[in-house]
Amino acid sequence: MTVASGAFTGTWLLVGIPLFSAAILLIGGRRTNKWGHYLGVAAPIASFVLGVILFFSLIGKGSTGRSIDEHLFSWTPVAGFRANANFLIDPLSICFVLLITGVGSLIHVYSMGYMAHDPERRKFFAYLNLFVAAMLLLVLGDNFVALYFGWEGVGVASYLLIGFWSYKPSAATAAKKAFVVNRIGDFGLSIAIMLMFTTFGSFSFADVKAGAPNASHATMTWIGVLLLLGACGKSAQVPLQSWLGDAMEGPTPVSALIHAATMVTAGVYLIARSNFIFDVSSQARLAVAIVGTVTLVFGAIVGCAKDDIKKALAASTMSQIGYMMLAVGLGPAGYAFGIAHLLTHGFFKAGLFLGAGSVMHGMDDEVDMRRYGGLRKFMPATFITFGLGYLAIIGFPGLAGWFTKDAIIEAAFHKGGTSGAIFGGCALAAAGLTAFYMTRVMIMTFFGEKRWAEGVHPHESPGVMTIPMWILAVGSVGGGYALILSGRLAKFLSVVVPRPADIDFKPIGVIGLATAGVVVLGVVGAWLLYARRPVPAIAPAGGPLTIAARRDLLGDAFNESVFMRPGQYLTRLLVYFDNRGIDGFVNGFAAFVGGTSSRFRRFQTGFVRSYALSMFGGVVLVLATLLLVRG
Amino acid sequence: MSPTYYLYLSAILFTIGSLGVLLRRNAIVVFMCVELMLNAANLALVTFSRINGDLNGQIMAFFVMVVAAAEVVVGLAIIVSVYRTRRSASVDDASLLKY
Repeated sequence: MTVASGAFTGTWLLVGIPLFSAAILLIGGRRTNKWGHYLGVAAPIASFVLGVILFFSLIGKGSTGRSIDEHLFSWTPVAGFRANANFLIDPLSICFVLLITGVGSLIHVYSMGYMAHDPERRKFFAYLNLFVAAMLLLVLGDNFVALYFGWEGVGVASYLLIGFWSYKPSAATAAKKAFVVNRIGDFGLSIAIMLMFTTFGSFSFADVKAGAPNASHATMTWIGVLLLLGACGKSAQVPLQSWLGDAMEGPTPVSALIHAATMVTAGVYLIARSNFIFDVSSQARLAVAIVGTVTLVFGAIVGCAKDDIKKALAASTMSQIGYMMLAVGLGPAGYAFGIAHLLTHGFFKAGLFLGAGSVMHGMDDEVDMRRYGGLRKFMPATFITFGLGYLAIIGFPGLAGWFTKDAIIEAAFHKGGTSGAIFGGCALAAAGLTAFYMTRVMIMTFFGEKRWAEGVHPHESPGVMTIPMWILAVGSVGGGYALILSGRLAKFLSVVVPRPADIDFKPIGVIGLATAGVVVLGVVGAWLLYARRPVPAIAPAGGPLTIAARRDLLGDAFNESVFMRPGQYLTRLLVYFDNRGIDGFVNGFAAFVGGTSSRFRRFQTGFVRSYALSMFGGVVLVLATLLLVRG
Repeated sequence: MSPTYYLYLSAILFTIGSLGVLLRRNAIVVFMCVELMLNAANLALVTFSRINGDLNGQIMAFFVMVVAAAEVVVGLAIIVSVYRTRRSASVDDASLLKY
């Protein structure tokens, strides 16, 4: 850990600039309507430039000094309790800084076009900037409290942006749902942080890392599992996955930035950052891998059934984050691959979402893919960029997803034993499903017959929207080479996360060929089902699995029957108890006092002589008592 | 003559006065009975002064007289004004201040 100097003393500006911009836009109000979006776009770009400068400064440091701590102030210095506002720049956080500000800037630029006709555009940019600031705080904090602060900040920004069109009841409900589900995860995270404090007396990554090997194994497992619960909430992993699909009610740039590229990957960051905890507890690590595996299959199945283009992509996001979770749950063998997949996923999924937004923009905000079809001629730029993102996600050889996803599958098989075979097998099967549902999206949207609603005239989006899509497409193509080949990212990250001795990625192996095989199978399957015969405008009934998958594999039904209804009964019981028991006692006592006093009131007759009599009687009583007592 | 008889007289006067206050309805009579009670008390005080051979009781009696004089001023004024407004000096009629 090195104290910040030179360019690194400006680390706080990374967070400060977007936060300042958000403050100006929110406080300035309508006065900033005219130029607000320019400021809103400039802020993340400025952060990105600063991030690039810091990145190169960090690379220039040599592999030993690549962990720089900037102390801002002591936030709550109370006796032994010390939560510092410290920023930590190290290879892991700088990767995230570049992803957040880079992809974030592109999406901000895109939003200028996408939100051009929205009367609340200024507020939209303010919230987006707020999100960027909170997300940067999340990844830059050098302790768990700062991380938690950013964690809640992105939660708020996500809530505000999902419910941005709050006049739609569905959007308002979705925002609330995301917030409530996240609360469960955040509860876990906060308990984990408290446990860390009682165990180590500190929140900082460095202190916890130093103390972890000596702490009790059970405590570390608990901390690990609670951290995993937090990660599940934020990253929409099973069992807290239900909010992500509904979160698509937000504007599409929000889905691209928050619910695909950055915020939902915060859980993966948390697990990778806390690797020293999972090093101690192999049970917690196994739990991470299991959650990841379940989710990657879950998301892939749901993705196959959705007709809403954004919800299909959301299910895909869930599944891809499942891959990342599986990777970081594999331990040192997977950290670098998980982070690499996270970075490339940031590119291609953001690109896919922006493409979906572009399609919606041209199709009067239609999201039902059964109402698309044949769009490739009308939106060539969207088609090509979306297509590159598609090839990247299914793992077309040479593109980003091929490097990163195959690496995870291989690492899973490499784990060995029964668990390795199960994890690897699931990841392999889901790769086929990924190819299937993405091909389905592709075919239903860009190929085949026109199935548009009447009066829709699809058109290509303006340059301000397509240029970010092109840049993201380039990232989707080239990201894999840059990160995986010769273990570049793994070496870079080795300061933070341990890496295996054998880090070579062998794409042309048995597993690589098997993956390619299932991918081809998936593509061909989708082609047979959706390209060879016309897509019906009304979804066919489908089998029980299809119906379940359309309903998010009954996730909501489960939550409603297991948590919501008993919760409602409990509330009703409490209300009954409150009304009859507590209120009954209080009201009864009040009625008793009231009744007694109204009876006593009758003594106030207004007749002077009765008052005189009572005085007289009183005096007699007092005198008699005195006589008796004094004898 | 034993001073005790004065105390008996005082007790009788006080009893008459208090019975008058409790039983009579005419405000003037009630008022006079109050005076009677005060003077019965005065008589007792003076008698005690005599028995004890000091002036404490007599001084106290002076104070009671002063208070009684002040009370007469205020009390009669109230009775007159009540009579003017209600055309009645009965204490039972003036029973508005009740539950």
